[in-house]
Amino acid sequence: MDPISVAAPPPTIHPLVVRICHWVNVVAIFIMVFSGWRIYDASPLFPFHFPPDLTLGGWLAGALQWHFAAMWLLVANGLVYVLYGIVSGHYRRSFFPLAWGAILHEFANVLHGRVSHRLGVYNPLQKAAYLAVIVLGVALVLSGLSIWKPVQLQELAALMGGYEGARRVHFFAMAGVVGFVVVHVVMVMLVPRTLAPMFTGHAPRGE
Amino acid sequence: MKKTPPRLAPVLESLPPKQIQLLERRLFLKHSLSLGALALLTGCDVTDADAVQKVLWAMSKWNDRAQALLFNPGKLAPTYPESRIAKPFPFNAYYGEDEVIEVDPGSYKLALSGLIRDKKPWTLAELYALPQVSQVTRHVCVEGWSAIGKWTGVPFRLFLERVGADLTAKYVGFTCADDYYTSIDMATALHPQTQLTFKFADRTLPAKYGFPMKLRMPTKLGFKNPKHIAEIFVTNQFPGGYWEDQGYNWFSGS
Repeated sequence: MDPISVAAPPPTIHPLVVRICHWVNVVAIFIMVFSGWRIYDASPLFPFHFPPDLTLGGWLAGALQWHFAAMWLLVANGLVYVLYGIVSGHYRRSFFPLAWGAILHEFANVLHGRVSHRLGVYNPLQKAAYLAVIVLGVALVLSGLSIWKPVQLQELAALMGGYEGARRVHFFAMAGVVGFVVVHVVMVMLVPRTLAPMFTGHAPRGE
Repeated sequence: MKKTPPRLAPVLESLPPKQIQLLERRLFLKHSLSLGALALLTGCDVTDADAVQKVLWAMSKWNDRAQALLFNPGKLAPTYPESRIAKPFPFNAYYGEDEVIEVDPGSYKLALSGLIRDKKPWTLAELYALPQVSQVTRHVCVEGWSAIGKWTGVPFRLFLERVGADLTAKYVGFTCADDYYTSIDMATALHPQTQLTFKFADRTLPAKYGFPMKLRMPTKLGFKNPKHIAEIFVTNQFPGGYWEDQGYNWFSGS
């Protein structure tokens, strides 16, 4: 059989490392957010609290146990993902080049109901969103470390505005990540063919 | 699998309300895994809740070790100008402010036990005669809030040396006049800012802040700072604590 005639496998649009990190991150973020809401409720920063039924842990001690167990998963997974993204060139290829003008142009398109989506290629708005959520993730971890260790890591905490400042950074970074997740999931529901490649790595045939 | 609810009723009547509350909380904790976000969003029950609990407790123990490694015995907590002292400073305990106990200063004696050479009990007058220092530091509560206060007392290291405590032992434990109890690692006990405190904001420690004395540690969360201390003991056997035994992380260092 002529090897040339064998159909080439569909191109990989999500590398295996990215897919594994993505789904591990889903579990980690799920635990961190819902246990974090319980912790927030013990001493709310703002005049509202999260519905207890939407939280994890049952009470403060339980929520703290979940939060401080899953933080290792979140950080270890995040390190693997970021190191892979930098070293493999995944970030450079997928997120750059990126220009402010292009982001704004794409945003205007979205406002007019024109969502462009080609599997495996990010439009400028997607690039900006994925970069932003990585930055938010870093802010979450650094502010979280500052809240956990405001004495041992006091230099880091000082960058966050001290212990009380770090609590606010942690809250708003959480809000940013939750906002991202909501938009992210809505987009997948609007363009469902994007879901399978996050498991298989490949675009469905005919794409 | 459904579990038979533990038979509590006959025991309950003989317990003080505080204990009942505690038992209820423990039961609630056991059932907490089937509640909330997990059940709501996944639509499934965590049937092996005990296994999950074991993993979470093991992770908490792991976090004790990680925090002990992160703890730098020479690293000082930030200090603040007196203008930043919180007024009023928040009250917090496992009971309400109207239930604060009154300790009689005349008959009070601090008991010492365990790996301590000189176990002679200390009167308040003897304790007050020890050299004292002040600190304006941030108290961080496990609930998340924080408040700056001023505390005055004897450096705990100096006291431990004075009574001949075994400074190579693992733990220092505290039992309190309000039935609270807790314990800390020796490294934290010897930290320069760990203080056996007699005064708050330049006045004799009021009952609500732990008269006649508390242990002030700016390197630990608030609940690790025992109030109304009645006995101090040094040991190599893990002593646990009131909140720690219910699931709060034992090291809880800042």
